[in-house]
Amino acid sequence: MRLSYPTNITIIQVPCTGRVDIIHLLNAIEDGADGVYVAGCLEGECHYMTGNLKAKKRVRYVKKVLEELGIEPERVEMFNLSAGEGPRFAEIAREMDKRIRELGPSPINNLKKAV
Amino acid sequence: MIVADRKPIQEILEMVKDCKKVLIVGCKGCVTVCNVGGSKEVGVLAATLKIAFKKEEISIEMDEKTLERQCDPEYVDQLKDMVDDYDGIISMACGVGPQFLSAAYPEQRFFPAVNTTFFGGAVGHGIWEERCAGCGTCVIHYFDGMCPIARCSKSLLNGPCGGSADGKCEISKDLECIWDMIVRKKMEHGRIDDLLEMKPAKDWQTARDGGPRKSVREELANE
Ligand code: SF4
Ligand code: SF4
Repeated sequence: MRLSYPTNITIIQVPCTGRVDIIHLLNAIEDGADGVYVAGCLEGECHYMTGNLKAKKRVRYVKKVLEELGIEPERVEMFNLSAGEGPRFAEIAREMDKRIRELGPSPINNLKKAV
Repeated sequence: MIVADRKPIQEILEMVKDCKKVLIVGCKGCVTVCNVGGSKEVGVLAATLKIAFKKEEISIEMDEKTLERQCDPEYVDQLKDMVDDYDGIISMACGVGPQFLSAAYPEQRFFPAVNTTFFGGAVGHGIWEERCAGCGTCVIHYFDGMCPIARCSKSLLNGPCGGSADGKCEISKDLECIWDMIVRKKMEHGRIDDLLEMKPAKDWQTARDGGPRKSVREELANE
């Protein structure tokens, strides 16, 4: 199945979304990503039981951090889909791409431009 | 252990707003165990502050370091070669840490990143509760292993008060009345008569009320 999704998205593979920590999401934002999202398995279907639920809580934490800093929390998101849902994966990518385009570039990138 | 909570990020930002180079120092003691000031949390705070500064288009350098403990001079000493390289240092230890650091390096400014709250333990993943108030004269053996000093809102030695209802404390529906628990446990184990004996007022001189405290162990002390 060859499905197209926006090319500006960098995919980082992890064995389970439970491996995604707060620091990874923050580092992505700090390094200038306009948005970052975690695509985990459906809730209740984690091979490691609770990995995707942990990821969900960490995403929620990072949203709160961004909010405190005056940055749109929507730049960070958690999605759940099953491994067999290729079309849904592409759809989520387009959905996130659209959302970020509407928000515009991350305010973090102002400094880079200024320097 | 000593339990603490991270201060709101805006408060920390205000502390270091004039610094160009900052060191964040964590502690591997209690604050690591309660997930507030260990190396992981140091990393998260550093990333958060960097994002905040970048957003304001301010460039700032931030380094991270986590000491074995911040409440022991031998570990505090490990900062000596780097302490002068910074405009300010954030400590993520309990309130003891930044004080030991300030005393060791009087020229430097140290900022607390956490609010130190109580002596307690984890009752579930990510949930900590107060258990001891450090009164200096432990009396929990009279109360079947439960401390009314730390856990009763009024620190009653002869409870419960009239506000106890359905096992909850009158100050909040979310708080167990520890006196309800003490009475129940005494009844369950056939020791309710213990409570007929009135406990006299406690001597608070061993607590904070007697002024700052000090513990000297002759067999260990150098002087
Ligand atoms: S009686 Fe005093 S020392 Fe004992 S647990 Fe309570 S507060 Fe702590
Ligand atoms: S309701 Fe219970 S815990 Fe609350 S103040 Fe009264 S005796 Fe103490």
